[in-house]
Amino acid sequence: MRFLSDKTLERLRDTPDIPSLEGTRYVLLNRVARGGMGVVYAAQDERLRRRVALKVLDAPERNGELARRLIREAQVLASLEHPGIVPVHDVGTLQDGRVFYTMKFVEGQRLDKHIQALPSVADRLRLFLRVCDAIAFAHARGVVHRDIKPANIMIGPFGEVLVLDWGLAKVLRQLTGPNDRADREPTRPKDPVAPANGDDTAEHLAATEHSATTGHGTVMGTPGYMSPEQARGENHGVDERSDIFSLGAVLRFLVTELRSESSEPGIPLDKSLAAVCAKSLALDSADRYATVTQLAADLSRYLDGLPVSAREETFLDRAARFYRRHNVAILLIAAYLLMRVVLFVISRR
Amino acid sequence: MNKVLLGILLGAVLGAIDGATAWFTPAVRAGIAGIIVGSTVKGIIAGVAIGFFARKVHSLLLGILFGLAVGFVLAFLIAQLQHGYYLQIILPGSLVGVIVGYATQRYGAGPTTATAATR
Repeated sequence: MRFLSDKTLERLRDTPDIPSLEGTRYVLLNRVARGGMGVVYAAQDERLRRRVALKVLDAPERNGELARRLIREAQVLASLEHPGIVPVHDVGTLQDGRVFYTMKFVEGQRLDKHIQALPSVADRLRLFLRVCDAIAFAHARGVVHRDIKPANIMIGPFGEVLVLDWGLAKVLRQLTGPNDRADREPTRPKDPVAPANGDDTAEHLAATEHSATTGHGTVMGTPGYMSPEQARGENHGVDERSDIFSLGAVLRFLVTELRSESSEPGIPLDKSLAAVCAKSLALDSADRYATVTQLAADLSRYLDGLPVSAREETFLDRAARFYRRHNVAILLIAAYLLMRVVLFVISRR
Repeated sequence: MNKVLLGILLGAVLGAIDGATAWFTPAVRAGIAGIIVGSTVKGIIAGVAIGFFARKVHSLLLGILFGLAVGFVLAFLIAQLQHGYYLQIILPGSLVGVIVGYATQRYGAGPTTATAATR
């Protein structure tokens, strides 16, 4: 009797799940990743002749909760047009009833892998600021990500930064519509989701019922990166400051991971940077930065050698910072004075 | 403050200080006023030249080297006129040129673009 290898077993296990894209304009290429809600495949858009990422539910669930969540994720992504947020291209239903959406195929590295090639704190902070740009934009559109972590941040081959996986995103408010309630999308009339038949699929889905709100008590996020209020399941208390907590955790990861890799692990974290991390990671959301823009502004000031709002400096701190900013000029003037003293001594002899 | 103005101010101040330190040389103490004025003018001339260089060339190393060269040449000319005190004049003069060269490259606003100027 021949035994099957683990790899073969895994392939056989995945085979029934491979979606049939018949009836759509896509051709399946390969599986890219598996998440909690579905699987992401690389696919070829035959009409536009480009590679896309196709996210599809694990199993058919035509009008169920997961299908609504996936559609809502696509709608949230579609409302966020920003260079740092992965754009969604299409949404539809396969012939087996599984809901899918397509988005830009991102080739690159996850943040946690990419930073291994970035030994400089300043470079890592500049990268982090671009993540802040994308999140600040989402917040301005009333969307909270709720799952910011290094694994959900991709760096493209040309240095582009993209925030992925908006599946847990919470919509705080709509920019249009006077009767919108907090964290709910306006309800739409129920409409059966039509099978994939080309161009009018998106029109059907535009009228689809939105997913139910996250119930109180449901914990949504990633341990180590989600805010305390998320961890307690207080979803109605989750707002932009929850994302600031997660950004603080990513920031701490970026700077402390550098220290642990350094040949001199005893190097202390810069006090101003530590203060920025600490303020972002405050357990009480009222003690954190109020907006991502404030967090980004403090980091920009830190990069420019200016004082940060998160920390009150002592005289010695100001002097040290002044020296760091102008060390060459100070050393040149000191050399000039030393030279003057030497010449004076020589002339006295 | 633009680079030329920064060069002029810094050159004048450092030149004046340079000239004032001649007071510690008793042999030239009688002509200290003239030395201070001359040194200040030397500093201003160096500052103008270095400032204009900094407007055109954006390189810290080249700025420092140019400052060193200008400071050295002007100091050498002064020392030749004095027929002495070469070390006491050329060394500080060169270092002043280095300081002005660094400062004009590192600090001071560059020339504005045509678009910005028309706003």
